[in-house]
Amino acid sequence: MAEVKSLIGTQNKKGQTFTDPWKMLHEAPRTPSFYTGSEVIKEAVRRSSCDVMIAYPITPQSEAAALIGELFAEGYIGDYFRGESEFAVMSQCAGAAFGGARVFTTTAGPGTMRAMENFPMWAGARLPIQMIVTCRGINSPLSIQPDTLEIAYLLNTGMLVWHAETAQDFFDWILKGFMVSEEPDVHLPLALCCDGFFVTHTKDVVNLTPTDMCLPPYDPYRSPVPCMDMECPPVRMMRDPFVMKSNYISYATHASWQQEIWAAIERSRKHSIHWLNGLIDTENTDADIVIVASGTAVSQGREAIRLLEDEGVRCGLVKIKTLRPWPEEEIREATKNAKHIFVPEFNVTGWLAKELRASIPNPQRVHAGPHVCGGMTMPPEIIVSEIKTALGMKSFSLAGRGS
Amino acid sequence: MSDYRVLPGPEHFLPPAAASMGIRLPNPGEGHINGVIVSEEKAYEEAARQFLMAKVPTIFPGPLVLWAWNEKAAKKATAIRHLFNTLKECVQPGQKPMLIPMPDYRPKYPKINPEVEINPNHPNLTIWHNKIDCCMFVGVHCHQANLSLKIIRGGTSCYTIAMCAQAGHEDAMLSIRDTSVEKIMKLADWVKKLKGTVQPKLATARNGSSN
Repeated sequence: MAEVKSLIGTQNKKGQTFTDPWKMLHEAPRTPSFYTGSEVIKEAVRRSSCDVMIAYPITPQSEAAALIGELFAEGYIGDYFRGESEFAVMSQCAGAAFGGARVFTTTAGPGTMRAMENFPMWAGARLPIQMIVTCRGINSPLSIQPDTLEIAYLLNTGMLVWHAETAQDFFDWILKGFMVSEEPDVHLPLALCCDGFFVTHTKDVVNLTPTDMCLPPYDPYRSPVPCMDMECPPVRMMRDPFVMKSNYISYATHASWQQEIWAAIERSRKHSIHWLNGLIDTENTDADIVIVASGTAVSQGREAIRLLEDEGVRCGLVKIKTLRPWPEEEIREATKNAKHIFVPEFNVTGWLAKELRASIPNPQRVHAGPHVCGGMTMPPEIIVSEIKTALGMKSFSLAGRGS
Repeated sequence: MSDYRVLPGPEHFLPPAAASMGIRLPNPGEGHINGVIVSEEKAYEEAARQFLMAKVPTIFPGPLVLWAWNEKAAKKATAIRHLFNTLKECVQPGQKPMLIPMPDYRPKYPKINPEVEINPNHPNLTIWHNKIDCCMFVGVHCHQANLSLKIIRGGTSCYTIAMCAQAGHEDAMLSIRDTSVEKIMKLADWVKKLKGTVQPKLATARNGSSN
């Protein structure tokens, strides 16, 4: 491999010091700051040594994309431009990543869907692009409000998929995401999702690392595929005889290729555990009732647990941080004592409950719900109500509240 | 620890990726044999033993060591040449060590010449044609190596070794990670050390690898 001298300890053109990522994220002093989620994205990217950011406006990610444009104006990003559409943006991201750049982009809802063809291509080409997905409704009738249905579509693209609960998660995971997805045995794109508006447009106290520290730059020579050059351009893989012909070798190569992507997701497991301190967080998993959730549904679940405790009902909580890799073993262990498992979700299909049911013994324990969708908020009281109803306890409807 | 073992094939029409079967890559200082984590020293010894047992032990150096694009690559190439020469010195009559370079991965259309080359898309052709029963990948980009290793495991009975500059390969029967000039030389030392102590499988070996 190429001999790349470590840049740690040296400075970039903005005077930031390339810092050991573990030290930067675990040992450096943190400053509490009152920011929206979009502003937090900007602050994370400021510290990411990002080469290229490509933008296209769609609510609720537009603000983050615009703020990163300011970063470019300030000189923190190598290149920044607006694509013609979401599909164009994701294709242009691929081009930049093929060329050896650390690439970042943002999207939401229908934009994610419009660009969807690119995501398996990113994974198949082993491009470690980081994409922020600020989830919103994708279906008709039109909604710009948070709804996590689009995550269901991302789960089978071959990308890593993480689901942040808070702006603090977002800040840390953007930086950690580059560390995991750029490992040579992983080297896959990352869809880092959050529930739009609830995270992007809400102010929260976020502990930020110093602005004068940044990640070491991406090293494209650690890629598991050749860097782009005109002698061996990766685009040739689209023109290879194994794709164009139908014979055993063609099948074997294409099949092995696809399997390799999913093998790389498996390999990301140990790196994700290392950087995220586990794929799940748990509380009180010895309880008979456990809430399993990802994203802001975790926050609602946490509050529901507090309300239930007031009524003498003890509940546990499992916060799922990574959906790909899917933390199957961890969830099996965390739910082994649960008689009832509740899965609150911000989508109509209940994709998380389906994943969970496929992973654990006695899946009839899983109560898929409550669900809200189309961007509707989920009061913790409806989680409480769902749990009490399932337990045969008296529960009052919230529907007439305030009328 | 997974019960699955990465063994010489032919395993299946479409074998699973070993990582999906629970095989994990070694940490620094470790290797794996058949998917079981072992000390790096044990992996060197076993790799040398497999080379000396094989009828046609073959080294496939890839572009990361074949092109002198930096000083380190050139030194690795020299070390691999030393390993091959050592292997030639240490084998017994009837054994036929080979060195088949893999200078690039571009598809050879309309067909490859398996006499002289391998690329990740056609490893089984080269292995069948040359009756290779033990091979080692070194200097091959990880993704391309994994494709080859799986195709080999699927369609041939060849024993595969991967010396990887990065994290190693679960799809090989034996893998050593963080490969450096020193580690290649160490493997050569193990080959020399085991010279004459290993019985080649000449009598029992099939006439080349099966398909």
